Amino acid sequence: MAGTSAAHGDHHDHHEHKPLTFFQRWFLSTNHKDIGTLYLIFAIVAGLIGGTLSVFMRMELQEPGIQIFHGLAQMVYGFQGDAAIDGGKHMFNVFTTAHALIMIFFMVMPALIGGFANWMVPIMIGAPDMAFPRMNNISFWLIVPAFLLTLMSMFVEGPAGAYGVGGGWTLYPPFSTSGQPGPAMDLAILGIHIAGASSILGAINFITTILNMRAPGMTLHKMPLFAWSVLITAFLLLLSLPVLAGGITMLLTDRNFGTTFFAPEGGGDPILYQHLFWFFGHPEVYILILPGFGIVSHIVSTFARKPIFGYLGMAYAMVAIGAVGFVVWAHHMYTVGMSLDTQRYFVFATMVIAIPTGIKIFSWIATMWGGSIRFTTPMVWAIGFIFLFTVGGVTGVQLANAGLDRALHDTYYVVAHFHYVLSLGAVFAIFAAWYYWFPKMTGYMYSEFIGKLHFWVMFVGVNLIFFPQHFLGLAGMPRRYIDYPDAFAGWNLVSSYGSYISAVGVLIFLYGVFEAFSKKRVAGDNPWGEGANTLEWQLSSPPPFHQWEQLPKIK
Amino acid sequence: MTEPRKIEKSGISNGGIVAVCCAFVFGMLGMAYAAVPLYDLFCKVTGYGGTTQRVEQASDVILDRKIKVRFDANTAPGLAWSFTPVQREVELRIGETVQVLYKARNLASTPTAGQATFNVTPEAAGAYFNKVECFCFTETALKPGEELEMPVVFFVDPAIVDPVETKGIHTITLSYTFYPHAGTKPVASAVETKAGNANQL
Repeated sequence: MAGTSAAHGDHHDHHEHKPLTFFQRWFLSTNHKDIGTLYLIFAIVAGLIGGTLSVFMRMELQEPGIQIFHGLAQMVYGFQGDAAIDGGKHMFNVFTTAHALIMIFFMVMPALIGGFANWMVPIMIGAPDMAFPRMNNISFWLIVPAFLLTLMSMFVEGPAGAYGVGGGWTLYPPFSTSGQPGPAMDLAILGIHIAGASSILGAINFITTILNMRAPGMTLHKMPLFAWSVLITAFLLLLSLPVLAGGITMLLTDRNFGTTFFAPEGGGDPILYQHLFWFFGHPEVYILILPGFGIVSHIVSTFARKPIFGYLGMAYAMVAIGAVGFVVWAHHMYTVGMSLDTQRYFVFATMVIAIPTGIKIFSWIATMWGGSIRFTTPMVWAIGFIFLFTVGGVTGVQLANAGLDRALHDTYYVVAHFHYVLSLGAVFAIFAAWYYWFPKMTGYMYSEFIGKLHFWVMFVGVNLIFFPQHFLGLAGMPRRYIDYPDAFAGWNLVSSYGSYISAVGVLIFLYGVFEAFSKKRVAGDNPWGEGANTLEWQLSSPPPFHQWEQLPKIK
Repeated sequence: MTEPRKIEKSGISNGGIVAVCCAFVFGMLGMAYAAVPLYDLFCKVTGYGGTTQRVEQASDVILDRKIKVRFDANTAPGLAWSFTPVQREVELRIGETVQVLYKARNLASTPTAGQATFNVTPEAAGAYFNKVECFCFTETALKPGEELEMPVVFFVDPAIVDPVETKGIHTITLSYTFYPHAGTKPVASAVETKAGNANQL
């Protein structure tokens, strides 16, 4: 199999085209690799903005009392005196909300789905491009205005006399309806709408591509696990995002057109919004992590120089996670007053998810078992992912218990839990993918030293941020407040120091990218050796503008 | 490179897959909206969230066991009414039909209308709390200064003593909240309306 189809190399580039102008290539792009690159750049920019917001929050929470946000409110919004303190308090809530929305919709999803999946899925399944290249372009150019709308919402009036959307990414009514009458909430809702439309178009594109464009011999049961993970993710997007769109459209009409879907005075019920939101929200967390599962499988297999252990089990474990993910949503809402029987069901169903997840964790470990492991940068990120995701998974099983959740609901324990699975799970998978595919995408080798330094600084940093938050949550510190009693000061200080260390880690990452592009070390077609046996390693690095003009053969 | 083989396809054309995907998308969007009446129906049928039941006929079984029913009254911001129960609580036999009164007075200088929402706690009792007659079934209009006594006729279903979740209930609290019923206004214009009401108070 190796080397059969790498022969048609760079000389095919643009062979039937005039060279594209910059505008044609990057703004009117229909090439899945160029669009993937755009998505990755977008995700890095959004991640830097979202990350900066979180560092401001940690600076604020470093000590009890109000440290910086009254000053920020004065600087940004022009509040004076006591108004600056009130404005600053709301501004803190705006930062938590914007941080969550940006990281979920404009960093993790564009990086994993729009970026890596766009780049690698067509190559991995032996397809020349996506099924609908122009729709791919629209998907990207919808996410940009969506992001701008969300950013704009931070600078217009939200509640009377304050700016931006506070109250969290969940946008629960009544705070998102009668609580914040200003246009900020409308802008945020429109931003999420457009981001959702972009993702739905992308999902349709991936499903069509994967179902109809696989190379000869590439049956579904021979398809690489990353393609599997993206196929399942696309189905989750397709089924869950319209429900979010419906829910936030109801918010929008409740706000602007006098409907009362969520207003009790008109016969509505605010709890209904929570049901609709979490019917989307829970599959959404699997949307964020499943592509990471696929990526980590490839990396572990490559650097253990063994085929993935239990391939079919791995694929169907993801199917099971996706399917069961749709019937566990109310475990986010144990405290709204559900009957005991309903709570029992959701506790049980939630815990069932630990089984396919466990299959994945143990299969990764079994893949490494007895392999000839090389601790390259992508491999250490992938192992970091497995470890940290498991920590987050264990706290997730604890929180699945309605009785325990009654005490821990909306505390920092929950914050620690979902940051362990997302910030330390999904983000570690993104960095693992970045270092794994960087030589393929750019043709240049990154610096192993900088990559490993980035890993260790980040690993120490994020654990310092989030591990102490378990203790804070168990001690009863609630989420989403600008201030806290003095008793919580110690671990908050540690957590804030961790945040600064992670910020340094991000700077190391950016320097590493700069260094790789300036040194131009040629990576070669397959820098990872015989363990890397998916199709992308048969192409040149970077791959030709159009690949697989001669279809690859799959054994 | 021996024989040219065909691309793996699903048997459905690209357009077909897009059509199925779009059907799923619009189907799920429709389900989101269908959830609104279904959720309402679900609460009414199961007594979920303490939703009380509406019945035409009184119970023909009356048990010896007694149960205490307490009454609670609230008015939402924006409705200048005083609204209180006449009795704080009654003790009645399970199955026995009783009538209690609530009192509402319009404190505003303009005629206003209100609509009451209701539930009972513990919420599990909702399915067994039967109202034969209630002011909350319709909207109530009061002229300036007018006072009105409003009846609620109810009984507690004798079946409440059977299920394990409800047999230990000895006190039920019936709660009402009156909301202004002035044709709902969009939130975006609600700021001015609220400011106006505040001036009246």
